[in-house]
Amino acid sequence: MHGRKRPKSFYVLGAFFILFVLFLYGPMSTIFILSFQGPDGGLTFPMRGVSLNWFRNLTEKQMVGDFAGSFARSFSLGVIVMLLTVVIALSGGLAFRHRFKGAGVIFYMAIASLIVPSILVSLGIGLQFRIIGWDTTWYGSALGAHLTWTLPFGLLIMFAIFNRFNKSYEEAARDLGATPWQVIRHVVIPIILPSLIGIALFGLTLSYDEFARTLMTAGTDNTLPLEIYAMTTNVTTPVLYALGTVTSAFSFIIIIFALGAVTFVRWRRARHGSDAGHGV
Amino acid sequence: MQSKSYIPYLQVAPLAFVFGAFLVIPILTILVVSFWDYDFARIIPDFVLTNYRELLGSPVTLRTYLNTLRYAAIVWVATLAIGFTIAYFLAFHVRSDTWQTACFLICTVPFLTSNIIRMISWIPFLGRNGLLNSALVGAGIVDQPLEFLLFSDFAVVLAFVHLYTLFMIVPIFNSMMRIDRSLIEAAYDAGANGLQVLTSVIVPLCKPGIAIGSIFVVTLVMGDFVTVRFMSGGQSASVGLMMSNAISLLQYPAAAANAVILLVVVLLMVGAMMRIVDIRKEL
Repeated sequence: MHGRKRPKSFYVLGAFFILFVLFLYGPMSTIFILSFQGPDGGLTFPMRGVSLNWFRNLTEKQMVGDFAGSFARSFSLGVIVMLLTVVIALSGGLAFRHRFKGAGVIFYMAIASLIVPSILVSLGIGLQFRIIGWDTTWYGSALGAHLTWTLPFGLLIMFAIFNRFNKSYEEAARDLGATPWQVIRHVVIPIILPSLIGIALFGLTLSYDEFARTLMTAGTDNTLPLEIYAMTTNVTTPVLYALGTVTSAFSFIIIIFALGAVTFVRWRRARHGSDAGHGV
Repeated sequence: MQSKSYIPYLQVAPLAFVFGAFLVIPILTILVVSFWDYDFARIIPDFVLTNYRELLGSPVTLRTYLNTLRYAAIVWVATLAIGFTIAYFLAFHVRSDTWQTACFLICTVPFLTSNIIRMISWIPFLGRNGLLNSALVGAGIVDQPLEFLLFSDFAVVLAFVHLYTLFMIVPIFNSMMRIDRSLIEAAYDAGANGLQVLTSVIVPLCKPGIAIGSIFVVTLVMGDFVTVRFMSGGQSASVGLMMSNAISLLQYPAAAANAVILLVVVLLMVGAMMRIVDIRKEL
């Protein structure tokens, strides 16, 4: 911390950090390797040959239930949750920049939404629909259940952004005659765009992987996490790992895509010589 | 915008609708249903206390709650120790912004992947013929493969730590990044050694982050059922698991009563932790 030479603690902590990263990624990489297990291979090492056998199995419907259908549902649901999370969190974040009655209540609801155990939300929505007599569906009840998990994160990110937001840009735009909508569209949104991409990433991936909140709300058609969970109880072949590899690869592609988008926005901003977002 | 005072209400309306329809009403529904009666196939509107009486009168309930609290306590200590150390390294030892962001992202990315897959991924490592056992047997440390590695309390705690340490790292890192570096310089100038700076400057200033992380970890563990079921191979009990068993037997009112008790316990724990921190100030 002092001067140029690194203290001894740096190397100790650095080693600890590397161990932690191995702990985080090690298990995931073993299932990645094992998903290429040969046709006679099992759930553990050694590898008995290398093949794409288990990935082929994924496409055969009778082997693992409805992988394609559940993937399509999970992805569609994720995209819907993503769009709604961005719009509703942005709108809510804008509201919280003003004083309004009930702000405290809404804020505590958002916090409650984070800390109430997922299984309670799932059970509650399931019961609620059952009593009203509506069918639970992945695009109805499960959508609502997912939003109770993604919106608090979105809202908290919005708070963090607007607490550091320089209002003079908006004032300048207003002084130049911009309407409130134009201020939001042409000043606020461009400045906070990287964070909005972050919220979108959260919305999509959290929904895509959500299990507990979907359990009692998805109705008759399974989403992917439910399908994977069902598989863990009756599938004892590496096809499980193949599925894990495919879904994780998908998550990683989304994450890389989002990071790329943020980098692109920053790069374009720098290139156009704009100092938006860098105000003091 | 200031002139039209109804605008914030319009802006917050969708948020209020979602929380109202999918959080508040469902919890009220649980509360109401916890007093209902049920038989093998139906739930019957009523006002009976049998669900609570059966639950509170059963020694299994107490044992299950104690076991869940034990998980929460162990996981809390482990995630706090690991999370604090990692956050400390990232905040105070990684000097370049680029590296800091990169390391932080490395820690965050697994959070955006499937929890179930992350649990499954322990099988080839911990299983009877898994990597760890092969290594231990191969090195002659043990004669026979260790049975307790997978499908045990050990595996449950390990998976929890694997899944939830991130929830400690992020808020503690956030608190650390807000510490005015001149305070630390001042402490050194005043003659404090590294340990004293850590315990008398950094830890106190990180309390809000520690509290937020703790709230996340404790509530996630208290409500969990997938991790416990999967990693213990169905051998251990937790409150969430007890609820999900009642649900699969269609005993909704019993599950609802358990949910109400769990909610009360969780809220009491969170209330205690919230005394340390004003969340609104931390954003």
